[in-house]
Amino acid sequence: MTEKKIDNELIRHIALLARIEMTDEQADALGRQFTDIVAYVDKLSELDTDGIEPMAHALDVCNVLADDVPGESLSSEQALANAPARDGDFFKVPKVIGDSQ
Amino acid sequence: MSGVIDLSALELRDAIAAGEVSAADATRAYLDAIETMDKQILAYNETFAERAMRQAEDIDKKRSAGETPDLLAGVPVALKDNICTSFGLTSCSSKMLENFHAPYDATVVGKLASAGAIVLGKTNMDEFAMGSSTENSACQTTHNPWDTSRVPGGSSGGSAAAVAARMCAMAIGSDTGGSIRQPAAFCGCVGLKPTYGRVSRYGLVAFGSSLDQIGPLTRDVADSALMLGVLAGHDSRDSTSVDRPVPDYLASLDKPIEKLRVGLIKEFHSESLDAEIRGAVDKAAGIYRDAGAEIIEVSLPHSRVDTDETGQLSSYAVACYYLVATAEASSNLARYDGVHYGHRTAEKVGGIVELYSRSRAEGFGDEVKRRIMLGTYALSSGYYDAYYLKALKVRRLIKNDFDAAFEKCDVLLAPTAPETAFGIGEKSADPLTMYMSDIYTISANLAGIPGISIPAGLSKSGLPLAVQLLGNVFAEETLLRAARMYEKSNGATRLIPEMVT
Repeated sequence: MTEKKIDNELIRHIALLARIEMTDEQADALGRQFTDIVAYVDKLSELDTDGIEPMAHALDVCNVLADDVPGESLSSEQALANAPARDGDFFKVPKVIGDSQ
Repeated sequence: MSGVIDLSALELRDAIAAGEVSAADATRAYLDAIETMDKQILAYNETFAERAMRQAEDIDKKRSAGETPDLLAGVPVALKDNICTSFGLTSCSSKMLENFHAPYDATVVGKLASAGAIVLGKTNMDEFAMGSSTENSACQTTHNPWDTSRVPGGSSGGSAAAVAARMCAMAIGSDTGGSIRQPAAFCGCVGLKPTYGRVSRYGLVAFGSSLDQIGPLTRDVADSALMLGVLAGHDSRDSTSVDRPVPDYLASLDKPIEKLRVGLIKEFHSESLDAEIRGAVDKAAGIYRDAGAEIIEVSLPHSRVDTDETGQLSSYAVACYYLVATAEASSNLARYDGVHYGHRTAEKVGGIVELYSRSRAEGFGDEVKRRIMLGTYALSSGYYDAYYLKALKVRRLIKNDFDAAFEKCDVLLAPTAPETAFGIGEKSADPLTMYMSDIYTISANLAGIPGISIPAGLSKSGLPLAVQLLGNVFAEETLLRAARMYEKSNGATRLIPEMVT
């Protein structure tokens, strides 16, 4: 891994992917911290990992299946109880169709 | 009743069962302690005085009716504020969830209730469990009961401070990179991170799903064994909880392990380690040697701790962790969208992306944003192989080191943290330095193995010292017994801060 340039444009791009609005000032500050943190995690490039199986999980369990039987779940009222805005039995959001993003 | 809060959870339970103390009196004594102490400590985000008294009276009624008391009948406990409760708030100490009422109880909350435990309240933490000092809380700054100018550690700092200041008999925390063990070390309590999969995570607000585990913070090792027995077990609602029998951890606790093999981790025991902490680890090795254990030097090359010319610590494990944990966090915290629950911006927005972005900008604190951003970067196109995948490969190397070590040893002996409790504000300006607080604890989460921090007396400046034992997967019984051997011989446990006495 070569030295990464964490410029304002890259921070802006990540902020958009992460859906976090940021002022220029915040993006600048984060860019500086990012440069340090990324330089630090680049330490891993010192290690030879050729042929090593990636380990996403500490347990060797996969595809844990439950019996296909209906169980208890939240009522609509419970599921909606914390909604910041609702319209009847629906979560309310601003207009989505026509949004350029 | 002044002595009630000085009893351990086990002693209190037995006293209640014997009719020497009522659950109501015990609960009131703890609520009084919170009333007087928590103005200075600020460990609790919320307390449930009325509910707790009702629960306690129920326990007393059951006892009078001759019912056999449950495992924790009448024992007042505290819960970290990222454990969902169907009563009160579950805020994760975040503005994002400041008004969030969880619609259900976490599995551990149900287990505690079935065992007769009384929930006193929810404790402060670093926002979404991201931090090592509890300073990253949107609620308040918790103070260390040993020195109120210092942090209690984190992220389960509220739980650790509440245990240390006698404001609960025992507490629940969560540990993703050291968040139970490091605050336990800073506050002079016992903190246990179980094997990944030992305790159900259902209802634990997710941070790093392949790393998170719930565990106990207690005054002594016996209480840790007692609480783990209540919490552990398979849960069909958490597909990563493992279906294997839960031993009676208390029953075997006082049996010393014959021919115990204790591994001393070469890479953790360097000259650069703080002299007093190094001394505590050496003393522990001596205690085991005197008890007939064999001390074996082992190597964990991929968890090696280095110190550069400026004194800055570094380790492959920490680098690996800050890619894996942040990648998982960026995915887990995508659920906070200002739509389903949590904070939503009050400003008028032009569209859905702006609604998301502004709500999240307002709701999350700086450290949470930093980690989501780092994780998003590590997972993003063009960087995935170089960062995320690389980190997963290094994670395997770290695990392989432990597997090799546990072929030769039953437990590994290590420091818990590189230092004693640091001052409030001392590290908050430098995220990278703060990350190094977990340098000795983080590898256990990556490998999925259990670890316990045990008090090791006080430093010259009067702050708690600690040592850590690490065990093989699902070897909590061995870990707890080995911890008990140390505790018994060291005679420096159940430390009480001066402000409490």
